Amino acid sequence: MQDLFHIGGKALSSRLFIGTGKYNRNTLIPEVIERSGAEVITVALRRVNPDWEEENLLHHIPSHMTLLPNTSGARNAEEAIRIARLARAADLGNWIKLEVIQDQRYLLPDNLETIKATEVLAAEGFVVLPYMSPDLSAALRLREAGAAAVMPLGSPIGSNRGLRTKELIQILIEEAGLPVIVDAGIGKPSEAAEAMEMGAAAVLLNTAIATARDPLGMAEAFRAAVAAGRLAHLAGLGPVEQNAVASSPLTGFLDEVGAEA
Amino acid sequence: MQVRLNGNETRLNEGSLTLADLLAQPPWRDRKLLVELNGTVVRKEDYTVTPLSEGDRIELVHFVGGG
Repeated sequence: MQDLFHIGGKALSSRLFIGTGKYNRNTLIPEVIERSGAEVITVALRRVNPDWEEENLLHHIPSHMTLLPNTSGARNAEEAIRIARLARAADLGNWIKLEVIQDQRYLLPDNLETIKATEVLAAEGFVVLPYMSPDLSAALRLREAGAAAVMPLGSPIGSNRGLRTKELIQILIEEAGLPVIVDAGIGKPSEAAEAMEMGAAAVLLNTAIATARDPLGMAEAFRAAVAAGRLAHLAGLGPVEQNAVASSPLTGFLDEVGAEA
Repeated sequence: MQVRLNGNETRLNEGSLTLADLLAQPPWRDRKLLVELNGTVVRKEDYTVTPLSEGDRIELVHFVGGG
């Protein structure tokens, strides 16, 4: 059975989105893409350094991938909108990971500025995927503003601390009325699986793969974990009980005679 | 002519009359860039018809790794 999901008019089969930051060498990226099975990949925009020519990152990203440029570095809606428009001038699609951050210690998103920027960019035809703090009223406003999904953080960017915001993300999954893509903080495949079991549409991660001892092996581990978590969600988790509920019959022989009669 | 290029005050030589002229010179020549001029994106096809003026704010950016 094909289990596709749709974002911005595209049908995706992989529910693992990956990033391109923090790799020791960009030549790893094509194989990370292959081993992870990802179809969506994030990139960032930065000022060009006049003094030395960096290799073109895009050379390492196969053309079948959906490029998801982010607005990292934006401190308010206006800056995020400028970065998004610049990214679109590359003619590599209209998806944008909207990221508006003022807090430099925890890199937590500014939901209010993110909502403002979403309104403008969605009206300009962008497929807006906003990085956000998992707050239901913000998610509903993002939906009204035209977001294609919401991307709540599990824990701070790059921290590998896992799903610390689990209960709030669960509420978004139930109530936001948009695909929920858990972005940031997922450090282990088991955490990615957990997000998928909860009913997340997808997960986005970068650091967990890029900083693993073997990024290629970790890419494959995440691929399997996301697929397993999704299958578990579709299968429906069994109920949780306070007391034991025997899985085997406890009566019927030894000293109980005819107990089952 | 003095402009602000990627945040730095920069003196351009007299040959830089348009954006295309500027980007044809080192160190920008043959680089894959995206351009913003005074807060507005300039598309590649418009480089040759975009004149530069004293005090312009020019941003030259490109894609790098990110999450």
